[in-house]
Amino acid sequence: MQRYSGFGLVKHALGHHENWERQWRNPEPKKRYDVIIVGGGGHGLATAYYLAKEFGVKNVAVVEKGWLGGGNTARNTTIVRSNYLWDEAGRLYNHSLDLWKGLSQDLNYNVMFSQRGVLNLGHTLQDMRDIQRRVHANRLNGIDSEVVTPQQIKEIEPQLDISSRARYPIMGASWQKSAGVARHDAVAWGFARGADALGVDLLQNTEVTGFKIRDGKVLGVHTNRGDIEANTVGCVAAGNSGVLANMAGIKLPLESHPLQALVSEPLKPILNTVTMSNHVHGYISQSDKGDLVIGAGIDGYLGYGQRGSYPTIEHTLQAIVEMFPMFSRVRMNRQWGGIVDTCPDACPILSKTKVKGLYFNCGWGTGGFKATPGSGHVFAASLAKGEMHPIAAPFSIDRFHTGALIDEHGAAGVAH
Amino acid sequence: MFYIFCPYCKEHREEEEFHARGQAHLMRPSDPDNTSDEEWGDYLFFRNNPRGIHHEMWVHSVGCRKFFNITRNTVTYDILETYPMGEQPTITAATPDVRHEQGVQVADGGWQTVGARSENKALNEETSS
Repeated sequence: MQRYSGFGLVKHALGHHENWERQWRNPEPKKRYDVIIVGGGGHGLATAYYLAKEFGVKNVAVVEKGWLGGGNTARNTTIVRSNYLWDEAGRLYNHSLDLWKGLSQDLNYNVMFSQRGVLNLGHTLQDMRDIQRRVHANRLNGIDSEVVTPQQIKEIEPQLDISSRARYPIMGASWQKSAGVARHDAVAWGFARGADALGVDLLQNTEVTGFKIRDGKVLGVHTNRGDIEANTVGCVAAGNSGVLANMAGIKLPLESHPLQALVSEPLKPILNTVTMSNHVHGYISQSDKGDLVIGAGIDGYLGYGQRGSYPTIEHTLQAIVEMFPMFSRVRMNRQWGGIVDTCPDACPILSKTKVKGLYFNCGWGTGGFKATPGSGHVFAASLAKGEMHPIAAPFSIDRFHTGALIDEHGAAGVAH
Repeated sequence: MFYIFCPYCKEHREEEEFHARGQAHLMRPSDPDNTSDEEWGDYLFFRNNPRGIHHEMWVHSVGCRKFFNITRNTVTYDILETYPMGEQPTITAATPDVRHEQGVQVADGGWQTVGARSENKALNEETSS
């Protein structure tokens, strides 16, 4: 692998940028691997990368039906934070945040992680009580988080309307300073390039059509490019997890919904941070390119259409204008939908299944991007050892039968 | 945007008057005292999540406020039928060629015209407003 550096940039500039090597190979599938990862999004690629780098499992294939990072990795609003309520979720997302901090150096790929902070606004007394409870829980778990007053909010984000004129006046917020945003595509590409350099085969345009299962043990997958064998298969397929589970005869407590986002025309720098509001329901940040990145709620119905509905756009933009009246005449450039696999308790599933050797990492719902490195790291550890990593263990699928749910609907940020 | 026929109001109304309430035809365990954790968990949390034909419950929340069922394709978003509570669907995933026989609302091929056109006039008569 050609390492990227400032010196390399100068060298390639002299060669008119004609000699950059491809970031990853496009190999033919081998007959057999130690581990197959189904799904080449951020989480799947991160899993493959950490398997090869930290757990010494290099004979790995990532099987992707489309192209790398072409699903929700390319469709999210790039927010990274870890201010979740419960200990289990706090540990998982904070583990991820720790990895984010050194990710660009680790991958030798600029993921443009910018710790510009996240405000979660409160508009009612109950909002503020919930925020205080969450902030206290965060601090006990070593997550930096504080309650801020409207005046402090105004200093952080001057364009927010904190006046009492608003229909839902802002009463305060929680503020996580170490949170931020990252360049979503670069995350997938960085992990892909890193994994490929360590010997992982990235198989694009390879769709899994079934699992080879005998005596309750997984032996490999059937694909449109032939059968591939492996004794360990990890499914990291987000919205399509349910379809895969069906092939393996497993039921998952997931429902796939369209979640949409939109970006505006590029503007000069106007927002300092990420602002989220559960109550009026919208979240917004500004990309380095200058466009406002706006996230909406999910559509209430099941859907695989990768498009959203107009009423949801309307409600979201109402919320944005409620918070930032000055954006009322900003024009929107693009709108798109992704398919999110929502869990009943708004927490992911990282779990073994009743089929030996078959693991699922899914159910991230509306907030998977922030967890990309952490999810990949703990899932890789679990696949390598055959035992769930301690951080991943509470997210077993068994919790829906034992009742040990981890209810993160409050911290999830998107109502569902 | 869906344009949904409410089987109680006997009218097509816009999506915003309705709320989707998840999978239809769920049966509460009939003998709660002798129901295992496994069965309770399945009843409470595990749902069908098909790519294709799905039977789901909706409520006409700002209309008659009654619950009813819809058979819908979760990929094309075609609504194939709506029927009152207590009735069984006439179209299921096993029905051949459901779209052309029973289409009420059909995506027009494009990505933004969800549910905008009808293929079957009889089932999708415009109501004068």
